[in-house]
Amino acid sequence: MIALGHYLIVSGILFTIGFAGVMVRRNIIIILMALELMLNAANLSLVAFSRFHVDPGGALNYNAHVFVFFIITVAAAEVAVGLAIVVALFRLRQTTHVEDIMSLKF
Amino acid sequence: MMSPFLFWMFASMMLVFGVAVVINRNPVASALSLVVSFLALAALFVSLDAYFIGIIQVLVYAGAIMVLFLFIIMLLDLRVEKLRKINWIASAGGLAVALALTIQISSVVGRLGIAKKTFPPLTRSTSDDVHQIGLLLFGNYNLPFQIIGVVILVATIGAVMLSRRETR
Repeated sequence: MIALGHYLIVSGILFTIGFAGVMVRRNIIIILMALELMLNAANLSLVAFSRFHVDPGGALNYNAHVFVFFIITVAAAEVAVGLAIVVALFRLRQTTHVEDIMSLKF
Repeated sequence: MMSPFLFWMFASMMLVFGVAVVINRNPVASALSLVVSFLALAALFVSLDAYFIGIIQVLVYAGAIMVLFLFIIMLLDLRVEKLRKINWIASAGGLAVALALTIQISSVVGRLGIAKKTFPPLTRSTSDDVHQIGLLLFGNYNLPFQIIGVVILVATIGAVMLSRRETR
């Protein structure tokens, strides 16, 4: 049988993949995609815990679903603004590579 | 609950395509792998009786957000990245931190007592989850719900302002 721990491990591995993507890749768009992976890993563990803690009457507790709803909304807003910044940056510098953008580097 | 075979199939699909997002050199291939990864994640949500979340995962993430990503990739006309000199110190550091995080998470989950328990059965039907989530959203979470509306409005205005061409 599939236990709670299986979902938590899968969610942890997904978070780590996203984290490694943010650390290793140098393309801003790929970094944004890896951020989405990390957000989704958090969503998966929230929903798994919600399914685990059912109410005494045997009904699902929907609070975590509302949290996931909020996370998805904030992620959508974040992607919209982030990609707009990437487009503005590309217009200015013709690159999406983070190592080409070091005007603020001391 | 889902059968273990389906769980392992969707979980491995999600993780394999998640790795493909990171290691693909072509941004379009990365974005399409991310779509497949999100679809498998939506299947996992459905396996946890979260039908509404699974559906908005497909509609919002695999539909709207990924179309936005692909649109920007096409707009910027990003090709396959040229092979740059890989910064080995940064890559090795990143992978080492990620590996340490994996070990940490698995040891925490391994010690967690409730992690070995299976999911309790549900006695009430979960087919009205949109109704229940709606009640919570407009009842308990009414203020956050309105704040999130303002966040979306600000994000829309910000995106329009940022992508506007300077006309002077």
